[in-house]
Amino acid sequence: MSHRVWKFGDDINTDQIIPGRYLSASRAQELAPHLMEDVDADFMQKVKPGDVIVGGKNFGCGSSREHAPLAIKGAGIACVIAPSFARIFYRNAINIGLPIFESPEAARKISQGDLLAIEPDKGIIKNETTGEEYSFQPFPQQMQEIIDAGGLINFVKAKMDRRTQSA
Amino acid sequence: MAMTITEKIIAAHSGKDEVRPGEFVFARVDLALGNDITAPMAIHEFETAGFSSIFDKEKIVLVPDHFTPAKDIKSAGSAKVLRNFAGKHQITHYYEVGRMGIEHALLPEEGLVLPGDLVVGADSHTCTYGAVGAFSTGVGSTDLAAVMATGEVWLRVPESMRFVYKGELGQWLGGKDLILYTIGQIGVDGARYRAMEFTGPVISNLSMDGRFTMCNMAIEAGGKSGVIVPDKITEEYVKERAGREYRFYTSDEDACYEETFEFDVSGLSPQVALPPLPSNSTAVEELSHIKIDQVVIGSCTNGRLSDLQEAAEILEGRKVNSAVRLIVIPATQNLYLEALRRGFLEVFVEAGGVVSTPTCGPCLGGHMGVLAEGERCLSTTNRNFTGRMGHPQSEVFLCGPAVAAASSITGRITHPAEVMQKRGRVRLVE
Repeated sequence: MSHRVWKFGDDINTDQIIPGRYLSASRAQELAPHLMEDVDADFMQKVKPGDVIVGGKNFGCGSSREHAPLAIKGAGIACVIAPSFARIFYRNAINIGLPIFESPEAARKISQGDLLAIEPDKGIIKNETTGEEYSFQPFPQQMQEIIDAGGLINFVKAKMDRRTQSA
Repeated sequence: MAMTITEKIIAAHSGKDEVRPGEFVFARVDLALGNDITAPMAIHEFETAGFSSIFDKEKIVLVPDHFTPAKDIKSAGSAKVLRNFAGKHQITHYYEVGRMGIEHALLPEEGLVLPGDLVVGADSHTCTYGAVGAFSTGVGSTDLAAVMATGEVWLRVPESMRFVYKGELGQWLGGKDLILYTIGQIGVDGARYRAMEFTGPVISNLSMDGRFTMCNMAIEAGGKSGVIVPDKITEEYVKERAGREYRFYTSDEDACYEETFEFDVSGLSPQVALPPLPSNSTAVEELSHIKIDQVVIGSCTNGRLSDLQEAAEILEGRKVNSAVRLIVIPATQNLYLEALRRGFLEVFVEAGGVVSTPTCGPCLGGHMGVLAEGERCLSTTNRNFTGRMGHPQSEVFLCGPAVAAASSITGRITHPAEVMQKRGRVRLVE
C-alpha cells in the first residue's frame, strides 16, 4: 500500500497536534477532527486514512497528553516518521500502538505529497515518488516486545498472567 | 561503579545494584499522579483492560486541577470520572476543589514526594519533583493505567547532563531566569531523553521555590527529568512535611555525564522567552518596546509563595496599567491562604488585578484568561507555543514573577528596576 506524505517542520508540539481547548475530550473519534488544526486549518479535509506524517526534529514535544498520538491514530494516519521524537510522545505512541519511525535521512529527503511504501520488518522506507530507499533504527528489544504485544496494556496483562500462573 | 543520583534512584527501585544509561528497567514507583486531563483516559484504559484493583491506594494521587473549577459540562464530566474512581478505589490522595492545588506545587507541599522517591505522573511537568532529590518524570495516560494496576513503569535509564551555575545572581533574578537562560543555550531538544542535574554555588543558595521552577522546566529542554542533589535547604523543606522515611542520594564524584555546562551568571539580565519556543530567551532590556494585553502570575512553574511575594513587593501601592489585565493564581489552597494573611492578595486586588483559585487554567488555554486573536500575554508559566493560551494568532512571552509584575504596571515588557527606581521596594514581610 502506498502512503501519501504530509510534511511538517521541527519541534511540532502537542499543542499543535491537538490544542488544549479540546482536552476535555478523550476519545480518538472526538479528537481526530481537530488534528493539526492550528498548523493547517484544512488538514483534516485533505488527509485520508493511510496517509503518513513526516515531521522535523523533536516531533511531539511539550505536554504529556496522549490525546496527541491518539488523535493521529484516530485520523487513520498510518505512521509518523521523524529524525527524532520527544520522549513522552515516543512512549505514548509505543504504548498505544501508533507506529513511529526514527530516520533523519528519510525525514530530510521525503517531500510533501511523496508516496511511500514501508516495510517495518525490514526497517526500510521506500519512496515510490523518487525511487529512494531509507532505513530506520529498529526498536530496542524491550520496546519491540511491547509493540508485538499490541501495546502496553496487553503487555502488562500478559506479564501479570504469567506471575499469577507461576505463583 | 560510579553513578549519578538519577542512576542510583532508578537502580534502587528496580532491584539492581547498578544501572547504566540506555538500560531498560521495570521500576517500582513510590507515587503515581494523574489529573483531570490525563486520568480520565487512564481510568478508561484501566477499566477497559479489566483491571479490578489498584496497586496501592496510598500511592496514587488524583488532582483535578487543569479545567477546574469545572469550566464547562465536559470538564465537569472529566473531574467526575476522577472523583468516582477515587471513591470506588478509596484513593487516599484525591484533592477536591477548595482543598487542592496545582499538582506540582501541591504534592511537595503535602510531603507526598520525598527525596529518593521514584515518581511518575501523567503530566509532563512531573519533572518538578527532582527539586527534592527524587527521580520524577512525565508519562502518558496508558502508562498511568498500567502503573495504577501494577505499581511498575518501564523506563530507559537516561544519560545525565550536568549544569553548573557560578557567580552571583543579580537582584530580580531567580530560578526562572536560570532555566530560561539554560534552555536558550541548549535548545528545546538539548536535553532530549536525558536527566538534567543542576548544581554549583548558585544552586546551593537557591530557595526550594527557585529549585522547583528550574526542575519544572527540564521538559522544555526535552529532559526526562531535572534533579538537584538534596542538601540542608531540601532537609529544611521536607522534614516537617514527610510522613514516611526518605533517603538522600548524591552523585558520585566520578559519575559519568554525557555533557557538562558551566554558566557564570554574574551580570545576567532577567530573561524573557519570545514565542513560540521557551528557548527564545533574551535579556528583558531587549524587549522593552513590546506592549502587552495580559499578565499571568501563577502555574506549577511560578505560583509559589516567594513568587507571589516578589510580585506583591513590586505592585504594592501601584496600579496595573489601564491596557493590561493582571491575573494572579496562587498555586495551592495553603499558599492562597498564606498570601492572604501576608497581605499579598490585597495588594494585587488594590492594584487592579484578579486573584483566582488554584488552577492550571490559562497556561494551556483552558479558562481564566484565554487570549483573543492578536493578543499578547506575558506569563510566568512554562510554554509559549503558538496558540498555547488561546487563539492561534495570540502570543505568549515567558518570564519570572518580578518582570511580570513590573510589566503589568507599565503595559510593556519592563525590567523591574525601572519601576522600582521611582520608589523603593516595599518589604511586605518582616
